[in-house]
Order: sequence, then C-alpha cells, then structure tokens
Amino acid sequence: MSEEHYLELCENPVQFEHASSVNNVFFDEANKQVFAVRSGGATGVVVKGPDDKSSVAFRMDDKGEVKCIKFSIGNKILAVQRTLKSVDFINFIPDYPHTEFTQECKTKNASVLGFCWTNWNEIVFITDQGIEFYQVFPDKRSLKLLKSQSINVNWYQYCPETTVILLSTTVQGNVLQPFAFRNGTMCKMSKFEIELPVVPKPAKLSLSERDIAMATMEGACKKTHVLKLNTTGKFALNIVDNLVVVHHQSTQTSLIFDIKLKEPDSAVNMHQPVLPARSIHPYRIPLAGPAVVPSQPPVPCQLYSSSWSVFQPDIIISASEGYLWYLQVKLPPAVILLQDKGKLMDFLLRRRDCKMVILSVCSQSTSVCLLGLPVVATVFDKLNQVYKEYLEAEQTYTAVSLLNKRPVRTQAVIDQSDMYTHVLSSFTERKGVSHKFIIAVLMEYIRSLNQFQITVQHYLYELVIKTLVQHNLFYMLHQFLQYHVLSDSKPLACLLLSLESTYPPAHQLSLDMLKRLSTANDEIVEVLLSKQQVLGALRFIRSVGGHDNVSSRKFLDAARQTGDQMLFYTVFRSFQQRNQRLRGSPSFNPGEHCEEHVVHFKQLFGDQALMKPSTV
Amino acid sequence: MASGMQEKQYTPSLLNFFIYNPTFGPREGEEEKKILFYHPSDVEKNEKIRNVGLCEAIVQFTRTFCPTKPAKSLHTQKNRQFFFEPEDNFWIVMVVRNPMIEKPNKDGKPPTVEYQEEEILDTVYGAVVRECYSMYKLFNGTFGRAMEAGGVELLIQKLEKFFYRYLQTLHLQSCDLLDVFGGISFFPLDKMTYLKIQSFVNRVEESLSLIKYTAFLYNDQLIWSGLEQDDMRILYKYLTTSLFPRHSEPELAGRDSPLRPEVAGNLLHYGRFLTGPTNLKDPEAKFRFPKIFVSTEDGYEELHLIVYKAMSAAACFMISASVELTRDFCEQLDGLVGPQLTLLASDICEQFTVNRRISGPEKEPQFKFIYFNHMNLAEKSTIHMRKTASVCLTSVHPDLMKILGDINCDFARVDEDEEIIVKAMTDYWVVGKKSDQRELYVILNQKNANLIEVNEEVKRLLLQGIMTASA
Repeated sequence: MSEEHYLELCENPVQFEHASSVNNVFFDEANKQVFAVRSGGATGVVVKGPDDKSSVAFRMDDKGEVKCIKFSIGNKILAVQRTLKSVDFINFIPDYPHTEFTQECKTKNASVLGFCWTNWNEIVFITDQGIEFYQVFPDKRSLKLLKSQSINVNWYQYCPETTVILLSTTVQGNVLQPFAFRNGTMCKMSKFEIELPVVPKPAKLSLSERDIAMATMEGACKKTHVLKLNTTGKFALNIVDNLVVVHHQSTQTSLIFDIKLKEPDSAVNMHQPVLPARSIHPYRIPLAGPAVVPSQPPVPCQLYSSSWSVFQPDIIISASEGYLWYLQVKLPPAVILLQDKGKLMDFLLRRRDCKMVILSVCSQSTSVCLLGLPVVATVFDKLNQVYKEYLEAEQTYTAVSLLNKRPVRTQAVIDQSDMYTHVLSSFTERKGVSHKFIIAVLMEYIRSLNQFQITVQHYLYELVIKTLVQHNLFYMLHQFLQYHVLSDSKPLACLLLSLESTYPPAHQLSLDMLKRLSTANDEIVEVLLSKQQVLGALRFIRSVGGHDNVSSRKFLDAARQTGDQMLFYTVFRSFQQRNQRLRGSPSFNPGEHCEEHVVHFKQLFGDQALMKPSTV
Repeated sequence: MASGMQEKQYTPSLLNFFIYNPTFGPREGEEEKKILFYHPSDVEKNEKIRNVGLCEAIVQFTRTFCPTKPAKSLHTQKNRQFFFEPEDNFWIVMVVRNPMIEKPNKDGKPPTVEYQEEEILDTVYGAVVRECYSMYKLFNGTFGRAMEAGGVELLIQKLEKFFYRYLQTLHLQSCDLLDVFGGISFFPLDKMTYLKIQSFVNRVEESLSLIKYTAFLYNDQLIWSGLEQDDMRILYKYLTTSLFPRHSEPELAGRDSPLRPEVAGNLLHYGRFLTGPTNLKDPEAKFRFPKIFVSTEDGYEELHLIVYKAMSAAACFMISASVELTRDFCEQLDGLVGPQLTLLASDICEQFTVNRRISGPEKEPQFKFIYFNHMNLAEKSTIHMRKTASVCLTSVHPDLMKILGDINCDFARVDEDEEIIVKAMTDYWVVGKKSDQRELYVILNQKNANLIEVNEEVKRLLLQGIMTASA
C-alpha cells in the first residue's frame, strides 16, 4: 500500500513558530514567505522563505493587531496593514530612512480588504469599493496613485506569476473580473462568470475565495476543462508538476488530474482522475524542532487537518504546527496504479523528473513478455514522438537561431543512447528471454524510429547484428541488409567484415556496403589487398578514378606476397604505364620506395622486360 | 507436297527417370531389388535391370579416375543421362532424349533423323535432377528417413506417390539458365513498409506462439523468410511454380469471390487458406495441412505448412508437425491474420504503384537481362514471362538462351571475376559479367555496334542500376 502513495510532503519543510495567542502567522503567496509576528512585532517578526536568502528577522513597534504583512519583491519595502483604512510602509533598503510611513485608501468610506505587491515599488490596494494602484517612493517616504477603478468587491485573489488580480463582484460573487498589472500600467481584462450549480433565492454570496484557485500551467489552461470529482464536500487545489491535485478533506484523500491527458471515450474536456484516490504519504514530525532529542521518535503528522491552508501552486501550511511544505508528486506509484501502458507513457512524458521512471517502464515492458509486442510498440512510438519533436525544434533553432530561443531538452526526451544504455543493451543479455522476442523488440524500436524519420544510430544496428550472430541467424541478417533496414555505415561494414570467418558472404556484404558509401575507397582497397585480390583492388581503384594517387608500393607488396609471378608482372607493368602517363617516364619516383620491387622484377623477368621510356 | 516436305523439330524430352541403390541387390539374380523407382513403369523388367546396371557400371568405372567426383552425365548421340547421388548409395538417374530434327525423304523412304546432341546443357539438367530430389525431400524428408521408418517398402511407396505426379510437371523443353540458379525473386520494397511487415510477422508469431517460422511473399516474390536459405529456395520453388498458380487460375477466372463479409466483429478481409480448409465455416472441414521437412542444426524437422493469402500478399506459417492443428487454432489465425494481412497487402500495393509512377511509364528497353546474386539467391529476369503452373515462357530465341548457359558454364570453371562478350549469329550481342558474387547476362539488340560500343553500353546500364533495391 505504501508504494501507492503518489503524493508526498517535501522532506525539508520551512519551519516557523506555530500560531498562538501571542504569535500571528501570515503567508505571502507572492514571495512564498511565512511571517511569524510575535506580539504585534514588538518581540520580533521572523520571516522564512523558500531559501535562506529570503529569510529575515526584525522588530517593529506594536501599533495594533497586524491584519496583513508582505514584502515587496526583493524584500525592499515592507507593507503592514493594521487598520481597515490604511497601510503602513517600512523601508528595508539600506541607507534609506527606516521610519514608517502610511498611506490611506483614497476612496471614501471604503475599507481595505488587502493589498498586493506587483513590483518592488508598486502596490495595489483592494478595497470593498474598488482597486487603487500606487507607486511607492521609499526615499521620499510617499506614494503616488497611478490608477484606480471603482467596482464592488466581495473578495480577491492574486496570482503573482502573472501579476493578475481576480475580483469577485456582484451579489452572488460569481462574476470574476481580472486585472493585469505590468510596469506601472493596469489592464482590465474581460470578466467571466462561474456557473453556480444552484442559484440561491434571495441572492446571496455563493462563491467564496476558497472555491477558486489561480495558477499557471504549461500550455493554455482554459476554463472549459471540467474535472470529474465524483464526490462531494470540501476541496482544496494544488498544482504540482502540471497536475491539478484535488484534496478532499472528509475522505482524507487526494486526486490528480492531467488536463492534457485526452480521454478517448469521453467528451473533449471532461477529465477523470488519472489515478485512483490515495492519501498523501504519511509524514512524521520530529518532536523538538531543530534541537532533536535522538531518543524521541518522530510523531505522525495529522494529514488533511483542518488547520491546513493550501496555497498555489504547491504549498501546504500547517499554522498550528509551524510547517510549510511543498507538495510533491512521486512517479513510481503511477507505474503500479496505471495499467494502460500507453496512458502511463502519456502521463509520465509530461512530468518533470520522468526519465528514469520511463526507462524503468521500458525495461519492464520489454522484459515482461506478457505485455506483448503491441504494447512495447505503443510505448516506443510515444517516446519517439516526443524525441522527434525535440529534434525538429533543435533543427529549426540551428537553422534560424536568431529568431527562436534554444529548445529546452526536458527529461521526457529519451534518445537512442538512453534507450541503448538503460534498456536495450542489458535486455539483449537477459537470460530466459527468447531471442525471437529480443530481435522483435529491437526491430520494433528501429521501426518506430523510422516511422518518425529519426536517423537510427549504428550502435542499435550493431546490437541487432550481435544478437543475430549469437543465434546463428545469418540469413535473417542477410535479409535485413538486403532491404537496407540496417543502414550503411563504416562501423557496420567493419563489423560485417569481422564476421567473415563464421559467415563467408559477410565479406562481400561488407564490400558492397563500403562501395555504396562511396567515401570508403581506401578501406575497400585495404580489404581487397588483405584478401590478396590485387587485381580486384586495382580494377576497383581505376573504376573510381583513384588510380593516379594510390601508393604503387602497397599494390606491389601485395602482388609479390601472392607468389604469383604473372600477377606481379601485370601489376608492375600497370604501374609503369601509369608513371609513363603521369610523368612521361615509366620509372618509379624515389618517394614511392619501389626499389626492391624493381630489383625483384629484374630478377624474375630480366632487364629487357622493364618498360623503356618511350621516345618522343 | 510442300507441307509434306517440312522438317519436324523435336524438343528434349524425358525418356527415363529411375532411382536405385546398388547395395540392395548385390547378388546376381537379385538385381531387381536395387530398383526403387522406374519411369516409365511399363518398361520390361529386364530392360530396367539392364539400364540400371549400365549406369552402375559407368559410375563405378569413372570413379577409378576420380574417387570423389564420379561421372555426372553421359553423352550419347540419342540421349543424355544424368547421375546424381543425393544420399550414400542412392542414385537418381534421368535420361533425356536429345532434341532432333526429322527430315522427310522423298519416295516414301523413312525420314532422316538428325540429333542435336550439343544443344542441351549439363548444368541445366543436372540442376533439374537435383531439384527433383530437393522437392521430394521437402515433402518427405530424406530417403534414409523413409528407410528408418518403414524400410524399403515404405520408401518405394513414397517415391512412387511423389514422382508419379511430379514427373508430369517437369517441362524439360523449357529448362534453362534460371534452373541452374534456382534463385528467388525478391519484391522491391522501401524500408518502412519492410519494417511494418517485420512487425506484423513478429506480432503474429508472438500471439500464435505455435508458429515456428514465417515467410512472407507478395506478388509471388519473396519479402521475408524465417527459414534458412536452402529450405526457402525449394519452398519458394514449390509455392511459385505449383501452389500459387494452382490457386491463381480459378481467381483469374473469377470462380470464387474472395471478399468474405465476416458476420462477427464486422471484420471485412480477403484472407483465406491456400492449404488446409477451404472454408472454415464448413462443419465437415478438415484441418490437415501439407507437411514439409526443413533442416535444423542437428538434422531436420517436420512442419505443417499453412499458406494464407490476402489479395497479393501471402504468408506461410510453419508449425511443428507434432502439434495437432484444430479448428480453434485456424479460426484464431484467420481472425488475427486476415484483417492485418489485408491491410498490409493494400499498403504494399499502394507503395508499389507510387514507385512505378515515380519511375515513369514503362518503355520497352533496348536490352534484356538475367541477374543472379549468389549470396542471397536473388534473381531477376526480363527474359522470362510470368511463370504458370504449366509453362515458363521466354521472350528470346532458344539459341540465345543456349549462349547464356554456355557463358555460365565458363564462369563456373574459375573463381575469378570475369566478363565475356559474344556476338551471336542473329546480330545480337550477349554480355556476361561476373563479379562480386553476382552474375549478369545482358542481351543487346544493336545491329551495327562494335565491341567497344557494347562494352560502353553495358557499363551505362550498370550505372543506371538495373540491379537496384533488394539485389
């Protein structure tokens, strides 16, 4: 069961002093900072962020109960709201005056619901009657109103990644008005309505901020996606690794949805949970905080507690225990829970740290012959689809590098070398798997690569050849070569050459391949000479027009080694003729080092057999 | 009068075909026991014994000159005899009557017969005898196997049963160079379609794990063989010269409607069994398939041969003969293979027509050729028409075919690469080229060309790549 928990809390949570009567806890979603404010700040404010850099501790005067407290981006200015009418500011920029300054909201009779920093020095006040957009001048300790908009507001939500504020308007609260802020400008976006399941009469506020979560996800996240929860009660949302996580408090379980995963048998945008509901992996809290007493065992943490607050994208805070966790998705349980391997691949390929999990699935599907070739083929096709898309993006990038940014190579890009190293090479050596299946899997992978028009690397072919040779399946090998399924390359030709002793036709197959490559003329000559096929080598080099440049010594050496005197004569004369043609004299240049062969020729056939320089 | 004066041509024909083992009747008076098969069977006993004895003597006599290579053929004025010892002490002898011309004489005298004893080639008919044995072995296993299983009686029975029919299908008059090669015609195919076929074969073999080997053909041309080369060579011969023609003729005549609207599952496909049951739905259907013998690392194995065809694509599935094939299995195979094979066949067909369109309209080339690759047995011929069960038509004069055969004999003598150019009597040039384990024979029809021009022309043809894909 424990290997089925696909959600877990991170191991290194941010710890802070838990909420109590003297300690108030606040969370700023923009900077992901937790504020522990002791006695209104008089006995200290401890700010903890995701990393040590964003953690700060300071003191401030207790001027009443703090309602909201947030740093501007980069911890430059601190804003504190203590009343319904105004917000106080403290500079945190060195060498700037530290004395607090205050800004009251401009709208008469309005009460400030809260504020959001949109930049290091820009802030938006959200009041029940509208929004006010200010620029802060820390040196002058004053603010300037940039823009304002009056609108009735029930509640608001802020998405820091996109600097968009979403306002709930109308009596029922289900008309949502987004505003975007960028570089001192405010942009009103088109409003939209959330359908209410039941329209209450008389009208009352029916949509609360708890019902809405804003987050950025890869790709377009349209509101037309519907998640099928199949249950009722209180829900909370997180977004982790492009997955929508829905926590359900009453059953103490969570569901995950992948809005990009297409459901073939349902309406386009209806989404079923990817995996069955499971609770978050059990978590234990060390008892005494940092100064742990080793003998004391950690106590289990109560999951889905009512004191939990969930923030976007992936934050869960337990104020009563003083912890901030990041929620994480574990992929290995999905391998067990998702039986459909094709769907599993689709799911895994969109996750961040998917590589090793995918490779392990590949090893599994190939080793477990029960899954069958069609499943293996589907898995390969899905991998190669992503691989091909990356290769294409890379290609366009190199072609027009000024226009595009370099494509990011995600973990989902599983190339041939990954497959070779982690899956295929060990698979071919596995005991107890029939060689038929091994070859079928290798061919299936090659088929898939070809289908996506990906150039197959020669080491995959070598793996095929090695396996075929191991089982004496030379005729199969021959057929593959015949249909050019194993594409020509020098390494492959050399490998074939090495098979000659066990399979004689391999010699000719290798030569044929080298000839087709047409960049391996030297190799062909070497191969032929080593087989004492001197005339063949000579004939070949003439046919490709390389006769004038070859080393005559090499050919004469080989001809002499055969012990065939007539052959030696023929080769010798042929080079004399070449010399005559090139230099007007049949004799060899000293640089050609043929002296001993001239002597040998004279010994065999006499001086008069030497070709005489032709007279003009 | 004029018609009566005409010459009459006789093509080579089969005189005798017999199989004997000298060790079976070594004593005098027991000679008949040596004879295992004799065609024609109505020959008088003593003549049989005489002919066998003569062959025995010739082989024995020539052995004294070269113990490892006894005589292969005996040339006489009227006929030629071919000797072949496929297994220890088992001899197959084929006697072929030489082609002859009958010239009528005036005044009612009997016509003069002129035997053309040099017109037939040892290599061609030697190959025919060897093929007879290979074909017997494909369906029956070795002679030795029959001996082990049921002694001489069984062997005689098997030989009788097999050769009685088989000899009727021998057409000695149309044997030529292609019989020497005994090659396989491969279907040219692009890599992707080839890989799809691979994938199909692998998947079928995986889901029907009884299947041990698979061969895949299209248009009577081989694409994939899971069998070893020599076994495939003879199986291919059987399929293309016997099984397929037998089935394609009714198809052409439109006697059976191939598309079977499958009721269950709505699977429309063209698949059907060429061996085994003709109709799966028939409650009386027998699930018996021909059995073949193929070589293994340590001997041979017996297999059921299932040939299944959809449109022009044929798949041969081979299953160990020790397994009994049931209706269930055949239905399963039909359901699995039928739709996939139909789809593949139309894929290949489409690809084939696309390729043909690219290569342009076929124009009558100025040359004809035969190509053979010794390594993969690939053969191509533009000389031969489509083979049917009965005849193999060539489009060139027999004299030219004879020249091709002669060149081939010359090539066989040495291992070196060679080239021979012949000017035939009829203004044709014949070029034979042997290199890199391949042989190419080109017949050019260029009246006034000289040697150099012919040589250039052949070089040009080679560059054009008449031996393209899958060669």
